[in-house]
Formats: sequence, structure tokens, C-alpha cells
Amino acid sequence: MSDIKNAILDYIKNEYLEEEDEDDIDFDTPLISGGIVDSFSMVSLKVFLEVTYKIQLPDSKATPEAFDSVNNIYELLNEFNVQ
Amino acid sequence: MANIGSYESKLNDFSWQIAEKELDYKPGDIINIGEYCTDRICRMGKKDKLALIWKEHSGDIKKYTFDQMRVHANTIAHYLSGLGLQNGDRICLFMDKIPELYFGFLGILKMGGVAQPLFSAFGPESLITRLEDAGTAAIITQKKHLSKVRKIVNDLPSLKNIIVVDYDGKKPLKDGETAFFMEKEEPIENYDIFPAKAETPSVLHYTSGTTGKPKGAQHVHYSLISQYISAKYVLDLNDDDIYWCTADPGWVTGTSYGIIGAWANGVTQCVLDAGFKAQSWYDFIEEHKVTVWYSAPTAIRALMKEGDEIVKEHDLSSLRHLCSVGEPLNAEAVIWSEKVFGLPFHDTFWQTETGSIVISNYPGMKVKPGSMGKPFPGITATIVDLKTHEPIETGVVGLIAIKPGWPAMFRTYWKNEKVYKSKFINGWYICGDRASIDEDGYYWFVGRDDDVINTGGHLVGPFEIESALLEHEAVAESGVIGKPDPVNMEVVKAFITLKAGFEPSDMINLEIMNFIRKKLSPLAMPQEIEFVDSLPKTRSGKIMRRVLKARETGEDIGDISTLENDL
Repeated sequence: MSDIKNAILDYIKNEYLEEEDEDDIDFDTPLISGGIVDSFSMVSLKVFLEVTYKIQLPDSKATPEAFDSVNNIYELLNEFNVQ
Repeated sequence: MANIGSYESKLNDFSWQIAEKELDYKPGDIINIGEYCTDRICRMGKKDKLALIWKEHSGDIKKYTFDQMRVHANTIAHYLSGLGLQNGDRICLFMDKIPELYFGFLGILKMGGVAQPLFSAFGPESLITRLEDAGTAAIITQKKHLSKVRKIVNDLPSLKNIIVVDYDGKKPLKDGETAFFMEKEEPIENYDIFPAKAETPSVLHYTSGTTGKPKGAQHVHYSLISQYISAKYVLDLNDDDIYWCTADPGWVTGTSYGIIGAWANGVTQCVLDAGFKAQSWYDFIEEHKVTVWYSAPTAIRALMKEGDEIVKEHDLSSLRHLCSVGEPLNAEAVIWSEKVFGLPFHDTFWQTETGSIVISNYPGMKVKPGSMGKPFPGITATIVDLKTHEPIETGVVGLIAIKPGWPAMFRTYWKNEKVYKSKFINGWYICGDRASIDEDGYYWFVGRDDDVINTGGHLVGPFEIESALLEHEAVAESGVIGKPDPVNMEVVKAFITLKAGFEPSDMINLEIMNFIRKKLSPLAMPQEIEFVDSLPKTRSGKIMRRVLKARETGEDIGDISTLENDL
């Protein structure tokens, strides 16, 4: 469980945070409503999840709510039997 | 009764002098937008009235009166002058939607600088293109964006000052970087504003085109006249309104109507510095009892997707007038807003270059869902033939054209007078958008007349993306188009041929997406990439984007006599 969450968290830190951005983020940090991942960038996060976990996420599931924290994303992945 | 009264009667008795008179301005007077939005409002007896209610994603709220805003803008102006910055210097604002962005904009104008707001999600490549072209002398930013500035500063000899508004002392600042704390600086009660005249440069907004680098649309302080009166007539702003403009001041709506139009009218406005989430947006309207809401079709369609139930869970009865800008507002969105809010969204049309609304739907005027509305009083608009650029008859599709001379019209493209002049043909400013007029005088948008991509209400130039794509090690050639999208109107789609040794894969796809997102901006990131063996080109080697687009949309490819290769 924590391996998957940590992998997602690391990806978000590396890809979406600037080098000087020292704000620490955790599994509950709001990603979309917090402005860390915008609606356009959500697409690349979705592709990352699909490529990494070999799943297809329908657009109806890839909502701002479902992507709003690492914990939410993990719950979404569970629906696709990624554990 | 709406501020505009009857649209038809206003057409007969309107002149820009109405706005000049209301603003106590006479030709030749000093007209500094920074002063008009702060000091003048305080002199009118509103110094203790709230100017800004600001909320960030964490839930923190800050409130500022017009007098506090005036003093903060003075303090910033004084600080900038103290750094040796002078009138005419281009000073970039590169921040999220924090109070320093809004007050910094006004402070720059107060000291005579030219405000150059840039979207804070821009990557280093987008940033350097615009700062280099403008010869920007200073940039005001946050520490979270500092690394992007540091990556490019050595290539920008004009950029002497990097001002960080939230420096926490954890890491040392470098040469040319200074810390400025708006709330902790000694407040400057009285500041001698720069005596700007009508034609004094005020704001430089960059906009993308089909070819070449983005161009800086130069505006002047006299733009205030049409921004003030259009905010009053179209947005119908009144003294007791709580106004929410969702646009980021990195784009023209965020400055013309997210700063100037509202505050020149002395209206309280709200800002939500958070990413999009339907729940947060409705909470925000309910919490602050927003009365006038100016948003964008992309956001409205995203709210539609979230359904009607969430609307019913909120008390949104404070809303009384809704407007939309950025791209054509589809009829379904207008009908939906009437159903769930009991109010239609009023579509407004204008551009970075026009500086203020030029075609719109007005309170009190019948809304035809899907229509752009009618020309603003004082604006002479028509549709001209695609080739001859002469006005054409009702119902025929042509190009939207505006008679030059309205106050907020851009005055040039920065260091690009040749392209500026090319926008004026037969005595008309040619907007570059196709539309037609119906028998009632309503305008109906058809599409862009060029390859510029309108995604989420923002224009993105395909050339800029194609150029950046070529810098990726795997990309041999690329063609970029706008692919129709139900929420964003268009999204960026890239057709790519790979260099020898690289094979199409999901990983390369993701790598290229992230490469562009970080280099340019999330808006420019291809939402879809198609790897192809070859791209359609003219015999001279130019990639034919229109062929790619026609193939994508299933439309007629048209004349392909110049096509070099088969598809």
C-alpha cells in the first residue's frame, strides 16, 4: 500500500513541484484544489498512472475529486485492483 | 434597472465622454490607472469599504479596504522607485493570485512602470521568450517560482531586479534578488504618482499567434475609459455588489476586469487562489454572497459535468448577474445556467488586443443562447469578407472587424510595428475570428481564421509548441493543432515523427507531455500525441496543419495541390 502511495507522492514532487517550493506535501495534501496539479496537468498524471499500473482510467473516473490527494488516487486505483 | 438601461437607446446616446465625465477626466488631464483604482475611490468616501476579499486553498482569508489597498500600492511603488526603476520600465508580475499580484499591478502603474503580468504556470522557455522580447527590467515573484527565474536570468541582461515577496530566509538570495514583504514594509501613506497621460504605456500582455514568437500587446492608461464603462454596463457592477472574476491576471481578463474595471468602479471583489473544484467554487459564492460572477466557458462546462445536485446543496441566491469570456459560450451552457441558477450566462467577446469588451450580451437584452451578442455602444463592428475585407451582407460568414479608435485598443505590438499594422485592413481592425450576423444584429461565432489554439479560453500558438517539441531528443518533426474538446473547446494535439532509434511507446508519450508542460506551460502540453511515420508538407517543406486538423475532425481537406507527400 505505502509503496504505491510513496511512488505517486514522489512522482508528484518530482514532476509538479518547483525546486524552490519547499512546501512539504503528504498523502492528504490537496493537489487539485490546492493548485499543485491544474486541470491540464491532470491529464499527464492520469497517463502516468495508466502507464505505471497498466490500467485504463475512463474520463468519468478521472475527476478533480478523485485526483485531489494521493489517498484519493490510491482509492481510485483500488477500484482497478491496483493494491 | 440595469446600468446600461436599454441597449437600443444607449446606442443612440452613447459616447466615450460619458465615461470621461463620470471619471472627472478631460483630455490632457493626468490619467493614472493606479490612482483611479485606489486614491480616487478613497476620495469618494469609500476608503473603509472592502476592495478585496482573498481566500487561498487552505481556507485562509484576508480582507483589504480601499485605503489599505491604496497604501500597499503606494508602498510597492515607492519600493520599486527605490530600486532605481523608472517610468517606462517593464516590470513583470510572476505570481499566483496572491494580494501582492493585485496591489503590485497598481503599484507599478502608480510609479509609471509598464506592468507585464505573466501566468505563473509558465515554464522557463515561455518566460524567457516574453522577458527577452520586452527587455524586462524587474520581476516580482514568489519563492516557489524562483527556480524558473534563476534558470534564465543569466540570459537576460536587462533583468536587474528579482523581487521575492515571501522570502523566508532559509536559503540565501543571489545577486540581483531582494526580499520585499508587503505587510511588513513601512507603509507609504502619500506617494506622488507618475503623471501618466492618456497615451502613456500601462500594461504589456503577451499573446500567441500562428507563427513566430508571442507578441506583446501594448496598452495605455486611457484604456481605463472603456474598461470602466464596460464593467459598468456589461458586468452591471453597482456599489453594493460582491464581484468575482475567476480569471488569472496573467491574462488580459484578469487585469482589465479582475483589477481595473471593478476597482475603478469602487466595487468589492473576491479572489479565490485555488485550483478548480466545483465544491470550492460554490462554497466560495455562498460564503461571500457573490452577486456578479465573471467566468469562462471551460469552467462553466466543468461545473455542468459535476451535475445539478451540488448546486442545490448551496444557497446561491445572492447571484444576480453572470457573464462569460474566453471562448464562445455554447447554447447548452446558457440553458443550463438558466435552469440551475435561474440566470443565463451572458457571453462577452474581446481579445488581448481590444483591451475591453467589444461584443457582448447585456443585462436587459434578450439572450440568444450561443450568440456572442451585439457590439458595445461606442464600438463600430461588422463582418468583412474573408478575402476582400469589405463589409458583407447579413448571414454570411466572414471576419469580425472593429473600427479603430476605442479607448482600450492596443497601441502596438512591442517592437513589432509591422505585424501591428498588418492587423488593420481597409480601415478596420481584423480580429482573426470568423462569425456572421443574423437579421436581429446578433453575432454568431464560427471559429478562428488561423491555426491559433483556444484551449480553456487561452490562446496557444502551435509554432511555439512545435519549436519546443524539436528540443526533445526523440522528436524529429511535429505538427500541432487544436483538437475539439467538449470542456476546453480545444486541446493541444501533437503529431510527431520520431528520430531513428526511438520507437513510439506510452513512456515516450508521457515524457514528451511532461517535457512541454515544464518547458512551456500546462496549457501548451499536448493532451494527445499521435506518432506518425510522416507529416503532410507543402513542397517548400512547411507542415500543413490544416490537413492534420481536417483529418482529425473528419472535415474536407480542401485544396492540397501544394501537398508534397501523401497522408
